[in-house]
Amino acid sequence: MTAEKEEKGKYTTVSIPTPLAEKIKKRIEGTGFNSISSYVTYVLRELLANMEEEEEEVFSKEDEEKIKERLRALGYLD
Amino acid sequence: MPAPHGGKLVYRVDKSIDTSGIPEIKIDEDMAKDVENIAYGVLSPLQGFMCRNDFENVLEHMRLENDVPWTIPIVFDIEGDLKEGDEVILSAEGGTKALFHIEDIYDYDKKAYAEKVFRTTDAAHPGVKKVMEMKPKLAGGKITLIQEGDERFKKYYLKPHETRILFREKGWREVVAFQTRNVPHMGHEYVQKTALTFVDGIFINPIIGKKKKGDFRDEVILKSYEALIENYYLKERAVMAILRTMMRYAGPREAIFHAIMRKNFGCTHFIVGRDHAGVGNYYGPYDAHEIFNEFPDLGITPIFFRSFFYCKKCGGVVNEKICPHDKEYHVYYSGTAIRKMLINGEIPPENMMRKEVAEIIMSYENPFVD
Repeated sequence: MTAEKEEKGKYTTVSIPTPLAEKIKKRIEGTGFNSISSYVTYVLRELLANMEEEEEEVFSKEDEEKIKERLRALGYLD
Repeated sequence: MPAPHGGKLVYRVDKSIDTSGIPEIKIDEDMAKDVENIAYGVLSPLQGFMCRNDFENVLEHMRLENDVPWTIPIVFDIEGDLKEGDEVILSAEGGTKALFHIEDIYDYDKKAYAEKVFRTTDAAHPGVKKVMEMKPKLAGGKITLIQEGDERFKKYYLKPHETRILFREKGWREVVAFQTRNVPHMGHEYVQKTALTFVDGIFINPIIGKKKKGDFRDEVILKSYEALIENYYLKERAVMAILRTMMRYAGPREAIFHAIMRKNFGCTHFIVGRDHAGVGNYYGPYDAHEIFNEFPDLGITPIFFRSFFYCKKCGGVVNEKICPHDKEYHVYYSGTAIRKMLINGEIPPENMMRKEVAEIIMSYENPFVD
């Protein structure tokens, strides 16, 4: 990690087992990943995205009915 | 249906705000579009114009400060004596009004902005030109929409909370979005239908806004799509609504931005064609495909297409992955050639454009922007 990155507080250090790091190092040879960190970041982002929480309801049932009425009036719903 | 980008659909509208005594700043129509898109959640999770940390992160890392993917700065440029903590009314000629609470005022480097977002500082690039003309400082903070503007095409102006309900009511779990700035020819139709084959519905989402001289007028695009859908699509499988936004011509970065907006509308897939959001020769034809590899957490799946063309030997519309024949058999969909035919009063051949679409275009005395 460069001093510049540390200074900006954008990155932090995570420990992983050395054999795993070695495996990743081999795995990323010849790919677009230029470091173990960039690969681990990619994989973790992918993993977390798949665990995204369900959408929160923004509107009440009453508001939702009004929206459906508008959609029907515009011809989007039968 | 995917969760909105960043987890929560933004809705910042309050028509009861009393604006008396609050100073007003005039904004142009492009800025008014950003304001409405923020307020209606098209740009979720943004709740306002970007403060410094988000802006700098977007330039450097293509992510907001909280690591959510974001590629295009949504910023408000200012000059004069505004200060942090001020509240102003943003007011556009078209009627848009919003309350802007200024939380952060900061300097920025226009050259770095252009270089990062557009990959060039060439002033001939329309996006770069616009950045270079911006005022010297940026102001960030939340906005609340008080009044909607632009009355045109209201019928087609659906907001994300509406499309999400619409898709759910239609029983669509997987929805592919197709962006367009043009009238449909057969190549577009095949791209759309090929994608539609694998999902539940298609969301045809023309971009409405400033156009160049010689482009098809917005109403012509909408009417020609209506004719196409009416005659060649299953009503229960296709929806058309507009997106009011300006084109930034940021190529790959803008492709991600366009995908994010469609995710907020509730789409699971987004069609990315050749040279998406490109201009001139600033980007490689498939740069906008490759950039998606950098975002495993985007939350919307891109569908990449190369160009479709008509093959005389296959006797149908094909693409380079499925047609084994030589180029001499291929008829390419040239927007310029189709335009020329229409100007000359000729109906393009059926393998290029649907007759119903061509007739709609030709029913306008002048279908082009002056």
